[in-house]
Amino acid sequence: MTEEIIIAGFGGQGVLSMGKILAYSGIMQDQEVSWMPSYGPEMRGGTANVTVILSDERISSPILDKFDTAIILNQQSMDKFEKSVKPGGMLIYDGNGIIRHPERKDISICRVDAAEEAAKMENTKVFNMIVLGGYLKVKPLVKLENVIKGLKESLPERHHALLPMNEKAIKRGLEIVQKIHEVNS
Amino acid sequence: MAEQTVNKDIAKEENLVFKKTSVLTDKVMHYCPGCGHGTAHRLIAEVIEEMNIQSECIGITPVGCSVLMYNYLDVDMQEAAHGRAPALATAVKRLMPEKFVFTYQGDGDLAAIGTAETIHAANRGENITIFFINNGIYGMTGGQMAPTTLPNMKSSTSPYGRDVKMMGNPLKMTELVAQLPGTYYVTRQAVHTPKDVRKAKKAIRKAFENQKLERGLSLVEIVSNCNSGWKMTPLQANEWMVENMFPFYPMGDLKVDGEMVK
Amino acid sequence: MKELKLMKGNEAIAEAAIRAGADAYFGYPITPQSEVLEYLMAEKPHERTGMVVLQAESEVAAINMVYGGAACGRKVFTSSSSPGISLKQEGISYIAGSELPCLIVNVVRGGPGLGTIQPSQSDYFQATKGGGHGDYRLIVLAPSSVQEMADFVKLGFDLAFKYRNPAMILTDGAIGQMMEKVWLEEQQPRMTEFPEWATTGKKPGKERNIITSLDLDSAMQEKFNLKIQEKYREMEENEVRYETFECDDAEYLLVAYGTSARICQKSVQLAREKGIKVGLLRPQTLFPFPKKKISEMASQVKGILSVEMSAGQMVEDIKLSVEGKVKVGHFGRMGGIIHSAEEIVTALEQKIIGG
Ligand SMILES: Cc1ncc(C[n+]2csc(CCOP(=O)(O)OP(=O)(O)O)c2C)c(N)n1
Ligand code: SF4
Repeated sequence: MTEEIIIAGFGGQGVLSMGKILAYSGIMQDQEVSWMPSYGPEMRGGTANVTVILSDERISSPILDKFDTAIILNQQSMDKFEKSVKPGGMLIYDGNGIIRHPERKDISICRVDAAEEAAKMENTKVFNMIVLGGYLKVKPLVKLENVIKGLKESLPERHHALLPMNEKAIKRGLEIVQKIHEVNS
Repeated sequence: MAEQTVNKDIAKEENLVFKKTSVLTDKVMHYCPGCGHGTAHRLIAEVIEEMNIQSECIGITPVGCSVLMYNYLDVDMQEAAHGRAPALATAVKRLMPEKFVFTYQGDGDLAAIGTAETIHAANRGENITIFFINNGIYGMTGGQMAPTTLPNMKSSTSPYGRDVKMMGNPLKMTELVAQLPGTYYVTRQAVHTPKDVRKAKKAIRKAFENQKLERGLSLVEIVSNCNSGWKMTPLQANEWMVENMFPFYPMGDLKVDGEMVK
Repeated sequence: MKELKLMKGNEAIAEAAIRAGADAYFGYPITPQSEVLEYLMAEKPHERTGMVVLQAESEVAAINMVYGGAACGRKVFTSSSSPGISLKQEGISYIAGSELPCLIVNVVRGGPGLGTIQPSQSDYFQATKGGGHGDYRLIVLAPSSVQEMADFVKLGFDLAFKYRNPAMILTDGAIGQMMEKVWLEEQQPRMTEFPEWATTGKKPGKERNIITSLDLDSAMQEKFNLKIQEKYREMEENEVRYETFECDDAEYLLVAYGTSARICQKSVQLAREKGIKVGLLRPQTLFPFPKKKISEMASQVKGILSVEMSAGQMVEDIKLSVEGKVKVGHFGRMGGIIHSAEEIVTALEQKIIGG
C-alpha cells in the first residue's frame, strides 16, 4: 500500500503539524514515510502545503504532482490542487471560506467543516485535528490508536496535557465528515 | 643560508651577556634590517620562554610580511588566510581553552580585510591575545595605502599623499576595539628604543597572562616602521614614526583590567 | 542501539554530527539550511558531549574557524547554502592546501547570485572541480534521503581524516527540509587523542607542528601538488560509491543524484509501465565519480540521460566516462523548479529514444 497525500491551506492552520502527525502515525505501524513541506517566504501568512507519503515499500520520489488524497483548507489551494488528485482519488475540504466548491466527477469528495466545529468547541487550535479525524474516517489506512501514539511522539513532553483535547477533536472529525460525491476506485 | 662560524672563546658560557631565547629558531629572519617585526617576534618568544608556556602555545600568523613567523617561533603555529587569524584563534581557543592562543597581524590584515573578524572576536570576548603591528602601510605587497596610513602620507597607492576626502580617514582600530565590552586589556606600544622594548614586553606578558583570567580579549598594538615601504633608512623611519605616527597613534594603555584608562 | 526518529534532513545532519563525536560547528544563517545551526543551539551539544557550537559573524569567519579547529586535529564542520559556500571558497582552498580534514555541508539553492531559496543542483561544478583557487578536489557525497544525510556525516568525517582532505555533503533544500525516518547511530565519544600533525602545543623534545599552505619554492610547491593529486587518484581507486536501480536488463539509463535520483526512481517505474526498459544509476560520491561503472553501462545500454536540477553539469562527467560510446543527453530544470517524474520520461523518449 502506498498513500500519497497533499495537505494545503494557510500558514497557521496547522497544515505542517497535521502532516507530521500522519507521518508519525505511519512510523507507528512500521511504514516508510516522507514529509515534504513547501518552504520559504511563501509560508509567512500565505499558503502552506505538505506532501506526506505512507508506504509499505521504500518511497521513491518525495515530491509529487499527483496525489491519492488532497486535504484542502482554503480557496487558493482548491484552485491549485483539485486537478492534482488522481482519477479515483479523494478530495477532502473544509467548506469555510470556499466560494468555488470542487467539481470533479472522477474523484470522491468529502467535506469536513472543521473551522465551524472548532469554533463550537471553543478551541480553534484543534482545527487541524478535526480535519485529520475526517480523513481517518474516509481513508481508514492508519489506525486511530497509531494516530494517538503519533500525536504523542510529535508533541513535546510539556504539551502532553493537551493530548485528550486533541483526541476528542479527532473523534469529532470522525463524526462530522460528510460524503459529497463518491466514485468506486 | 651558509653556516655561520662562531668564535668558540667568545661563545663561552661565562662570557655570555645576552642569549637568544630558545623559543626563537635559528632561521635567519627575512625582514628588512631595522624593521620592527623582528623585535616584536623576539619579545613574544622571550615572554613565552619566561612564562614556560612553549608547549601550551598556538600562534596564528597573518598574510603580510610576518606570514613566515612560523619559521622563527618554535611553537605550534597555523597560517591563516588574509585577515582571518582571529577566526582561527577563536576556534582553537574554544576547542582548547587551557592553551595560550595568539594572533600576530599587520594593519592591512587586521584593520582592512579582517576588520569583521577582529571586531567580532573582540566583541565576543574571546580569551585570546592579538598582537597588532601597525606600520601604516602594506609592507609585503610593496607599500600600498593601508587603513592606518596617515592623512597626507604617501604610499604607492596614494602617491600624492592620503587625501582623506577621497580615500577616507585612517582607522584607529585599537581605540575602536577598546570600546567593546569583550576586551579586557588594550594597549599601544612601540619597540624602537630599549625603553620602549622593556615596556612593550611587559604589555605582551600581561596580555598572555590575562588568558588565565578568562575575562576577554587582550590586544597589544605595536606601532612600528616599514622603512622599505616608507622609502627611508631605518633611522629616518624611526624618527619619522616618532614625529608623525605617535601624535596620531598615542602610546600607552587604553583599557586595563576591563576599565577604560582616562 | 540505533535510535529511530522522524527528522528533517538538516536536523539529521546536526544530530548525526553530535553522535559522530564532532568537536565543533561554526556556521552562519542562510535558508534553506539554518535548521542545522538552530538544531545544534537547541540541543546544547556542549552539555551532551562538550561540542562547541558558534554562530560566526559571516561565512568567511565560519570557514576560517573550521580551518583553525581542523588544524588542531579536531572533528569540525560547517554548513551553508550556495551564496555562503561561495564566500567560503577561499577558506576551503586553504584547508585543502594545508591538508586538513573537515566536513562542509552545502544545502544547495538555485542561483546564480542571490537566486532563489528553492532547491537546485547547480553547484555541482563548484563542488566537484575544487571550487576555490588551486588544483584541489573535495570528497563530495550526495545523499538522496534523510537517512543518508545522517550516514554521510560519519562517512564524510571518516574519509576526510583518512585522506586529510575536506569532504563536502552536497545536498539541496528539498532533502534538507524533508522529514523521513532515520536510524541514528549510538553516541560515539569525542576523540581524546589527536593526529600527530595537529597543532595542540609543541611536545617537549619534538619538532613543532606547522599548518600552512604556503611554499614560496616552486619546486616544493609542485611536489606538494603532485602529492595531493596522488591522493585524489587513490580516492578514485578506493572510494567510489553508487547505487543502481533496475539496471540488469536496462536498455536506457538515467543518471541522477540527490533529489533528482529520488524522482528518477519514480520515472523508472512509470517508464517500465510503458514497456521502456530503463534503469537508474545514482552516484553517492560525485568526487570520486563512478566513471568505470558508467563506462560499463555505456556498453550495455542504447542511451543515457543525465537528470539534474541544473543547466547540465554532471552530464559533462558522464560524457567523459562514456567516451562517445553511446548517446548522452541532459534534462534539467533550473531556478528552484523540480522536474516531475513524468517530464523525465518524456525527455527520455524525446531526447534519447526518439532523438
Ligand atoms: C585575499 C587576499 N587579498 C590580498 C592579498 C595580498 N596581500 C598580501 S599581504 C597584504 C597586505 C599586508 O599588509 P599588512 O597587514 O599591513 O602587513 P605588513 O606586510 O605591513 O606587515 C596583501 C594585500 C592576499 N594575500 N590575499
Ligand atoms: S617591507 Fe616593511 S614591514 Fe615588511 S619587512 Fe620590510 S620593513 Fe618590515
